[in-house]
Amino acid sequence: MDWQDEGVILGVRPHGETSAIVEIFTHGHGRHVGVVRGGVSRKLSPILQPGSQVAATWRARLEEHIGSFTVEPLQSRAGLLSDRDALAGLNALCALLRFALPEREVHPRLYSQTMTVLEMLEGSDFWPLAYLRWEAALLEELGFGLDLATCAVTGTTEGLCYVSPKSGRAVSAEGAGEWGDRLLPLPPELTGAGDGNIGGVLDGLQTTGYFLDTRLAPALGDKHIPEARRRLLERLRRRSE
Amino acid sequence: MNSPRDIEMLIEMMAKLPGLGPRSARRAVLHLIKKRELLLTPLADVMQIVAATARECVTCGNIGTTDECEICRDPKRQTGEICVVEDVADLWAMERGAVFKGRYHVLGGTLSALDGVGPEDLGIPRLIARVDAEGVSEVILALNATVDGQTTAHYIADQLEDRVAVTSLAQGVPIGGELDYLDDGTISAALKARKRV
Repeated sequence: MDWQDEGVILGVRPHGETSAIVEIFTHGHGRHVGVVRGGVSRKLSPILQPGSQVAATWRARLEEHIGSFTVEPLQSRAGLLSDRDALAGLNALCALLRFALPEREVHPRLYSQTMTVLEMLEGSDFWPLAYLRWEAALLEELGFGLDLATCAVTGTTEGLCYVSPKSGRAVSAEGAGEWGDRLLPLPPELTGAGDGNIGGVLDGLQTTGYFLDTRLAPALGDKHIPEARRRLLERLRRRSE
Repeated sequence: MNSPRDIEMLIEMMAKLPGLGPRSARRAVLHLIKKRELLLTPLADVMQIVAATARECVTCGNIGTTDECEICRDPKRQTGEICVVEDVADLWAMERGAVFKGRYHVLGGTLSALDGVGPEDLGIPRLIARVDAEGVSEVILALNATVDGQTTAHYIADQLEDRVAVTSLAQGVPIGGELDYLDDGTISAALKARKRV
């Protein structure tokens, strides 16, 4: 069995003295694990860094085997190493993909969105906004999408400013009434209308974080949300101060 | 497999060492036995001594034979600079260079979002306490140029902000390196850190 695909490295752990077990989020084969012979060598370790984009060839005798990868570099993310905030974003993204995606389940749309965030991390000031939308897309892709089009109470499309923690649906100020303080924030950044200010992004991440924590994590066997996400929020809060 | 049980056990133990497999361990043990007086007996003696005395330095995490390692006890070492390294092997590499004259702090790993290694699992709170207690003026982060290494470096820099100057090693073209053989990341880091000639 073998296939070729492009993907982004999510994680690497040593296997024996010279090899590494590598997790790659591929376009056409989802999150896939394989052994890279010589993966801890001086030649390969710079390529096998989380976030690097690679052309991967996977081979195994049987489909259910872990198999082995050979990788060719396509795009390094070394430029992020010196940028504290962007590196925190990269870590959170890779950790969440590793945490949330079932192995070998194909998600081509999420892959494209992931590549967009990775590209933006390197050069755009608006990457926190792209990251927020990516988290919302991750929830949607895994079946926990938010319905932010109309108010769950009044049916209006105007003045939506809350999300119901129970249903994940938008609620308008009028519909919320005196229950506003019990609802989650719905900043324009989460609906695609905001200008990407960090305060709005942080509000949006509070909402997506709630659903990651209370819907996705229990569905994955009560695993803890990766610490990398908390560190990203900390960095963004510092940035907003 | 005609070796007596004790020798077989020695081969099994040697085979667990990095760089050795069962065949090379067998060859090494055979060599040790052949050179019993010259190698085997002194090796056994020194291993016994090291097994009894080797310990982690209570201050920096280096490995020595006393509670406080030689570097921490050396009065000639500058106390104002601490070089933070990931591992004892990195400390030894820095010492081989014989350029740094300050003291060290060994973290014992890096923060890893993926493997759930947090600041408390490393020696970071101990480093912060040292900076406050020892009147340190500069902390040099000599961590690997990997995602985990630099994530750790940024975390430490955040923690030490406003307390002390924090610097890190330069990244770029190694001595004897040829541009044609360097990866994109190294070239980009080298270009960012270019200096006037």
